[in-house]
Amino acid sequence: MAITHTEKNVSQPIGSTAVRAKNRKLIKDVIGKLIVYALLTTGAIIFIAPWAWMVSASFQPIGKIFDWPPNWIPETFTLDNYRRFLKAEGFFRWVLNSGFLAVVVLVVQMFFNSLAAFTFAKRKFPGRDFLFLAMLGTLMIPGQLFLIPNYMILLRSPLFGGNNIFGAGGIGMLDSFWGIIIPYAFSVWSVFFMRQYMKGIPDDLLDAARMDGASEFHIYWKVVMPLCGPVLAAQAIFTFTFVWNDFFWPLIVISDPDLRTLQLGLALFVIKNRTVWDIVFAGSVISTLPVLLIFIFFQKYFIRGIALTGMK
Amino acid sequence: MAVTEIRKTQPFSGRVRETLRQMRNNWSAYLFIAPGLIHFAIFTLFAVGFAFYISFHEWNIIKPDKPFVGLENYRQLFDDPRFIRAVTNTFTFMLGVPLNLATGLAVALLLNTKVRGQAIYRTLFYIPVVTPLVVSSIIWKWVYQGDYGLLNYYLLQLGLIDHKIVWLADPDLALPALIIMMIWGGTGATMVIYLAGLQSIPEEMYDAAKVDGANSLQRLLYITIPLLRPTTFFLTITGIIGTFQIFTEVYIMTNGGPLNRTTTIGYYLYINAFRELEMGYATAMAFVLFAMIFVFTLIQWKFTRGDVEY
Repeated sequence: MAITHTEKNVSQPIGSTAVRAKNRKLIKDVIGKLIVYALLTTGAIIFIAPWAWMVSASFQPIGKIFDWPPNWIPETFTLDNYRRFLKAEGFFRWVLNSGFLAVVVLVVQMFFNSLAAFTFAKRKFPGRDFLFLAMLGTLMIPGQLFLIPNYMILLRSPLFGGNNIFGAGGIGMLDSFWGIIIPYAFSVWSVFFMRQYMKGIPDDLLDAARMDGASEFHIYWKVVMPLCGPVLAAQAIFTFTFVWNDFFWPLIVISDPDLRTLQLGLALFVIKNRTVWDIVFAGSVISTLPVLLIFIFFQKYFIRGIALTGMK
Repeated sequence: MAVTEIRKTQPFSGRVRETLRQMRNNWSAYLFIAPGLIHFAIFTLFAVGFAFYISFHEWNIIKPDKPFVGLENYRQLFDDPRFIRAVTNTFTFMLGVPLNLATGLAVALLLNTKVRGQAIYRTLFYIPVVTPLVVSSIIWKWVYQGDYGLLNYYLLQLGLIDHKIVWLADPDLALPALIIMMIWGGTGATMVIYLAGLQSIPEEMYDAAKVDGANSLQRLLYITIPLLRPTTFFLTITGIIGTFQIFTEVYIMTNGGPLNRTTTIGYYLYINAFRELEMGYATAMAFVLFAMIFVFTLIQWKFTRGDVEY
């Protein structure tokens, strides 16, 4: 490892004069830095290359995509792939579906999660710790365990999708957006992180508002929420990204082609049309774009959210 | 707190009355957690119980008859060569976890040397993490493509191979190829978490070690890595759990093939539940999966007891 190598030498200056030792240290430092930069840059290029190639290919006609050696910089630049992508089958519709679902799940989750987090963090009531621990305890159960029962719950939801009041006769919430929104309406993980954050808000602030006769909902909405900017932003970004990128649950719930999400549509398109790489690459770029933009503009919250997950 | 004091002094009936009073006074707290609690009760608690029930039945979703079969589904799992294969494959995929930790830690250590442009490097390493898995799978399908793929081109150029390799169709290479792709997709996240861990190590620890004459390799081995143990623990556990659930890459890139060599537990479970419609069997598989994850968690807990605190 580069750093270890250089710093080891730095710690033992055996020059005859102080100046020589200092010069040697300087040279070692510079070489060390150069090695660090060289390693990082090589690594970064390798990591970004497959991705950069997708972007480049999405602007090239199909014939050029198949060229060997690969054209990293488009020889013939074209937007045709994007035009064809948006016209092909239902892609435009799928983009809208994904955006709609991601925003709705985001709003619903933020509200219910933060309300529960506030209550667990700032209220005292019988059963609080028991309920909270019970929720946390289920976090280690793998998602696959919920797959089939939740599918059955959606299928048997009363009064949805042609079902009668006993949940029989129709397809319930399956093959509809309800089947994605409802199971994703609440997240224990998110409640946990918001609660940790809200615990740090001084109780004096809340008590002062209570003295003024503020209702608990008022305290939640007007006192606590405005102080939770960072954690809310991190959770919002996380939820949006998760729903936008999600593939597994839509694959199981949705069968109507008009209701596909972008990821689902793109995946099924790739599996069905093995050779239409030009359209596929354009679609891949579009399907990455929203999340990428959010990441670039809100990097601070993104990184904080991830780091937060890692700390506890 | 008032509740606990009363508990000590009052008889049982008094305690019940006091609890009820507290519950009445805090009715709005229950109202606030009600939506989450109802969701949790249905989609988590009821779901687990229901899954347990399903796992003891021959539960084919289109057959009205769902007979009770006792432990038959569980017994069958151990006689099913494809399931055994899926378990073996999943454990092989776990080789990717330490590799991913190593790359993530290496990048984090390099970035932590106060380089310029840290934000740019971080962004570049992190972009694969935010790329949707469906898109990553598409990109890497192309990278590993036999005739036009990027990997073959550069390996031929460097003289490392002498003929084109169809990576994803080779029974011995498909799984390692997927592991490499997963390291590509995971390093950025590991790096960010390790960076946070590194930044929480007090500078004085290093200063003290320098005074004692520890060189930087020693500082890495005896300070940095031990102090990062909670982070490493967390990443190992989430990595292992993530490996058990690998699905999208396999679904899009290899379909579990060639010769079932990339079939993971997650993929095989999906096939059983939604292609073969054997939901009882698939649910039994999910419980075995749960048991395996649970064992890993316990082992890790045992070994990380008595961690360094600072």
